[in-house]
Amino acid sequence: MSRIQTVFQRLQADGRKALIPFVTAGFPAPALTLPLMNALVEGGADILELGVPFSDPMADGPTIQRASERALAQGMSLRKVLETVRAFRAANADTPVVLMGYANPIEAMGQERFVAAAHEAGVDGVLVVDYPPEECVSFAATAKAGGLDPIFLLAPTSGEQRFADVARAGSGYIYYVSLKGVTGSAKLDVDEVARRIPEIRAAVGMPVGVGFGIRDAESAQRIGAVADAVVIGSRIIEEIENNPGDEVARVRDFMRPIRAALDALATGRGVQA
Amino acid sequence: MQMADTPYQFPDASGHFGPYGGIFVAETLMPALAELREAYAACQNDPAFVAEFEYELKHYVGRPSPIYHAKRWSELLGGAQIYLKREDLNHTGAHKVNNCIGQAMVARRMGKPRVIAETGAGQHGVATATVAARYGMECVVYMGSEDVKRQAANVYRMKLLGATVVPVESGSKTLKDALNEAMRDWVTNVADTFYIIGTVAGPHPYPMMVRDFQSVIGKECLVQMPDMVGRQPDYVIACVGGGSNAMGIFHPYIGVPGVRLVGVEAAGDGLDTGRHSASLTAGRPGVLHGNRTYLLQDEDGQIIETHSVSAGLDYPGVGPEHAWLKDTARAEYVGITDAEALEAFHKLCRLEGIIPALESSHALAYAAKLAPSLPKDKILLVNLSGRGDKDMHTVAERSGIQF
Repeated sequence: MSRIQTVFQRLQADGRKALIPFVTAGFPAPALTLPLMNALVEGGADILELGVPFSDPMADGPTIQRASERALAQGMSLRKVLETVRAFRAANADTPVVLMGYANPIEAMGQERFVAAAHEAGVDGVLVVDYPPEECVSFAATAKAGGLDPIFLLAPTSGEQRFADVARAGSGYIYYVSLKGVTGSAKLDVDEVARRIPEIRAAVGMPVGVGFGIRDAESAQRIGAVADAVVIGSRIIEEIENNPGDEVARVRDFMRPIRAALDALATGRGVQA
Repeated sequence: MQMADTPYQFPDASGHFGPYGGIFVAETLMPALAELREAYAACQNDPAFVAEFEYELKHYVGRPSPIYHAKRWSELLGGAQIYLKREDLNHTGAHKVNNCIGQAMVARRMGKPRVIAETGAGQHGVATATVAARYGMECVVYMGSEDVKRQAANVYRMKLLGATVVPVESGSKTLKDALNEAMRDWVTNVADTFYIIGTVAGPHPYPMMVRDFQSVIGKECLVQMPDMVGRQPDYVIACVGGGSNAMGIFHPYIGVPGVRLVGVEAAGDGLDTGRHSASLTAGRPGVLHGNRTYLLQDEDGQIIETHSVSAGLDYPGVGPEHAWLKDTARAEYVGITDAEALEAFHKLCRLEGIIPALESSHALAYAAKLAPSLPKDKILLVNLSGRGDKDMHTVAERSGIQF
């Protein structure tokens, strides 16, 4: 069983929801990525999504674009992301790491070489934003055979055929993008999410995480009430951006109330936002 | 790979030209592209759509564009005869408008009142703004902030036509970043917005759709050349940035035996300097902007900044069908430097009384290189894709002249 499946099984047994933070590797500086990953775990992360910076992040809003540009300007690359994961894995055997990024750096390394190198470094899953299921049949198969969960996105615009496509190609969990637009957009329609999640979960037979638009404990709890996992990205990048010199502690502190709000769902207690 | 007895039928149903093309976008855009594929297929099969498109091309654009024998220049070069397909005489001064009319008509049929576009030098932005004004549609054009500075006159033209021009500050602040930003707008506003892509790149069906609309160029040549000289040309030569004018003139000639197709990329300061935009000549395959194609990238797969004196060729990718034509050797691709393009620009001004766009000057420069090596009865057909009025500033600056 993969590390990702183990995490979801354990959480499900406890009636808890997964908290999945995202950081861009190499932002604000390559040397800070490992301490930030550890801080996210201390703050209550169940799974880490690590952004692989790309020069042309078409699906990202301004916050993650800026983070990617700064990371690249400091020499971050897919190879260095893998080195960082290897260092993280040396001290943490349990927390799954999912790489999230765009196709071209993987194509440049070669799909098979990438899968082997990522698995060897301790990566558990990979979400390639611009590899929809129909364009990565062989990549998804290579990833699965090589011990990586290929993770796919679903969107409010996705129909039942898309559910079937990602169910076939993917494993680990499904990432439901809770609104139209790019990462970091502000509008979040919780009722719409609540309506879609049960049908998606039933169709894909995997845990469903929700991301895009979740910014604090209150919105995390509302989403956590209906989803299996809550993904927070742009808001964490902003926390890093706004607190130069104090990023690691601030990120840990930012995570804690969100963790508490999600765990309150398990014990049936509400939380004051 | 292409057999003589099997007709050329690309892309396949899933939008692939061999290994190239495809639909490499985030899930949020997949339904929008499916909707567009359906709408475009319905338009293709609708005689009323086809008739309206032809009417617009004739009465609004001024087609067919003539073919002109550049006799003085050919004589001076002393070899093959050079003929020019005069896309510079179209309304708005370039081939771009052919595609904009087609896509705006599809947008109207889909009931989308808002169109967006990306632009580099501003030619596609101007053509989109023109057509949006013509049809009464809201128009937003994304343009890298560096290009906004360099192309102030085109920015003003777009504003005169009623468009909103949004300067893009991310990345290298040029065409590729404008394209990223237009994609982001589209993802966010997909319900009421149609994205008019200006070249034969992007996710399926764009490379096919843009090619189809631009193919009017080559279809006219197929009829005009026999009328004029009694036969088809020996070479068809066109500049390639994204590659829409080249695909437009190449595509109808793909199945015509004996016609060599030559795409001319921008070699900038020279291919060995690293400062160029020659994706097919010096790049390698990868995935960008929704399709797999040849890209200029570093060893980590990051897209690198490109250079060309001509903003319209300054793009790190190229249409996937060109990648396929290169691999199958049905077309060949060469590079022309900034200096060579400028020399051809001046030659055409002085010898033929035609001021060509700097983009088209790359195709002209290759023709001028090739012509002297061929006998006088050989025929080179060059796509003169646009006029050079927009380039006055760049050319004057290069000659050390201030206005």
